Amino acid sequence: MISIKNLSARIESKEILKGFSLEVKPGEIHAIMGPNGTGKSTLASVLAGREEYEVTGGEVTFNGKNLLELSPEDRAREGVFLAFQYPIEIPGVSNVNFLKTAMAEIYKYRGLEPLSAKDFLAYFKEKQAIVEMGNDLTKRSVNEGFSGGEKKRNEIFQMAMLNPKLAILDETDSGLDIDALRIVANGVNKVRNSENAFIVITHYQRLLDYIIPDFVHVMYDGRIVKSGGKELALELEEKGYDWIKQEVAEEA
Amino acid sequence: MSQEIIDEVIASDYKYGWSSDIETETIKKGLTEDTVRLISSKKNEPGWMLEFRLKAFRHWLKMTEPTWPNVQYPKIDFQNIIYYAAPKQKIELENLDQVDPELIKTFEKLGISLEEQKRLSGVRSNIAVDAVIDSVSVKTTFKETLYEKGIIFCSFSEAVQEHPDLIQKYLGTVVPYTDNFYAALNAAVFSDGSFCYIPKGVRCPMELSTYFRINSAGTGQFERTLLIADEGAYVSYLEGCTAPMRDENQLHAAVVELVAHKEGEIKYSTVQNWYPGDKEGKGGIYNFVTKRGICLGERSKISWTQVETGSAITWKYPSVILKGDYSVGEFYSVAVTNNYQQADTGTKMLHIGKNTKSTIVSKGISGGHSNNSYRGLVRIGKKAENSRNFSQCDSLLLGDKCGAHTFPYIEVNNKSSKVEHEATTSKIGEDQIFYCKQRGLDNEKAVALIVNGYCRDVLNQLPMEFAVEAQKLLSISLEGSVG
Repeated sequence: MISIKNLSARIESKEILKGFSLEVKPGEIHAIMGPNGTGKSTLASVLAGREEYEVTGGEVTFNGKNLLELSPEDRAREGVFLAFQYPIEIPGVSNVNFLKTAMAEIYKYRGLEPLSAKDFLAYFKEKQAIVEMGNDLTKRSVNEGFSGGEKKRNEIFQMAMLNPKLAILDETDSGLDIDALRIVANGVNKVRNSENAFIVITHYQRLLDYIIPDFVHVMYDGRIVKSGGKELALELEEKGYDWIKQEVAEEA
Repeated sequence: MSQEIIDEVIASDYKYGWSSDIETETIKKGLTEDTVRLISSKKNEPGWMLEFRLKAFRHWLKMTEPTWPNVQYPKIDFQNIIYYAAPKQKIELENLDQVDPELIKTFEKLGISLEEQKRLSGVRSNIAVDAVIDSVSVKTTFKETLYEKGIIFCSFSEAVQEHPDLIQKYLGTVVPYTDNFYAALNAAVFSDGSFCYIPKGVRCPMELSTYFRINSAGTGQFERTLLIADEGAYVSYLEGCTAPMRDENQLHAAVVELVAHKEGEIKYSTVQNWYPGDKEGKGGIYNFVTKRGICLGERSKISWTQVETGSAITWKYPSVILKGDYSVGEFYSVAVTNNYQQADTGTKMLHIGKNTKSTIVSKGISGGHSNNSYRGLVRIGKKAENSRNFSQCDSLLLGDKCGAHTFPYIEVNNKSSKVEHEATTSKIGEDQIFYCKQRGLDNEKAVALIVNGYCRDVLNQLPMEFAVEAQKLLSISLEGSVG
């Protein structure tokens, strides 16, 4: 699905990603954990194509294509979805209209006929149920006046609608109460199948109680320093990150 | 609907820029008293009409061009303009078969059917159209249907002949020829326009619409519109305008007068799309227009909605005089400027009656090297007790070479009234654009979507068909405006 090799990137003159590598296959869920400031969100931004970041080395192949050569919108159309850590408000644009426009663009790129109004509505309702989004939220403008939790749920709702091949969840669990966390995780579990994949960036093990990862990676100083199964997350929860930092220091 | 808008965006540039090969009769360039007499005689006008024109012309000679608007342009040579151009075609037409096919084609190309048929499938209401090309009204549809209800909807020239009593009663009562330089010029040389009268207690069953088209080169367009809603009457009126792409600047100086009697209501919507000039700022229409309505009777209401995307320079302030007690004035505006366009637009709300209420919502959007100013006056008179105004003026900047300015003037002369003014200026958010891109929208579509959202409060005021048109227009005008 996606193959990231030795990826380095900086913002202004600050090097943030330093030789990051990761291989994700269809059907897999990869969790990326790590202390603050190690480049987790930068990774998400670079993969989505944020222009402020300059890629200084490495390569990223997404389903056979050089992802780094694609514009942000083409990456989205190819099936890369980013659930934003801080979802953006677009006043005056309804969720329905926003998603209709987005889907039409993605379908056009893939050479597909857009859904009819009736089919779109049926599809919309079906996905709404996945994240327990009421009409009160979907009818409103994109994220405008939404609470933190509602914004995150809306991200997952958009993900369900756009049905990406690879979804990157950037700290989607932060700021969620336990009920919202369950709804978001349920949404992910309902969307996941053997053909799509997830990169879940998180600080806390608790999300991984609901979304069971196939792999857990620890990111530190711009790259992955330790990988393991889901039990690694539990170990981190218990012991914190210091022992990893120490391991890295000893290696160096 | 959004798909259509997107498709429109791809079809770049000003799409009404073609000109039609219609046989046209024009008079010589230049403006003297003889020109005024010639126009009047061409139209076979009664003496009182000529008298009105001449008074206006003589007054105009004593006036000077206003320089207070925040716009810049070379001095206009008023002797270098053709003041009358008309398709060589008789105005009185029994049916469409008699209209020059080129003319019908022209309007079909503009998306306006001069045939009397439903224009939107599934929508019951029809739209009656008065089509004005250069100086002359070529066709008014649904005239008979409307006449059965006592509604008069015809060209201005026709009204002068057929309804002289109404014209004499109302002409110049809202915008006197002494009002300003361009209003005086218009009163002297106006050639045609639309006239509409809705009798007591009648709710006009369809949208009335005038479509203005400048076709000939070197001409100015000076049309005049007069709308009267008698007691308890209601009318929704739409106005659209386009012009061919030409290197020269063409002058458009129109006057619109609205009169609402007791409990009468007029809703006036404009989608202004005159040719804005090219990307370097060459050519385009100078749109210097005086639009004003008076709420004469109590509980009357006048509402202006405008979407301004065209013209090289726009200079217009659709206003309401709130004379009747409990009368209501509204102004909803979206003004978009791109490339080298300049707009100085806004409104005047003049509260005279007691318990009068006005609302102003203005959204200015500027991109490229353009300059966009909001200028608005709210004046609450001594006797206008318990009056209220709410104004909201928002400016959105799409780049770093454009300008947005706000000039609010507020005068309150009594203690029981309340005026609120809110203003914001913001730059389109990189974060918003990136968010849209991450969902599959390209830059242009992202900007169009965000701007449409920004203008929603105003676009919601437009009749449905116009709202679609306006959204498309916004997308087109904004092309290449960011970055």
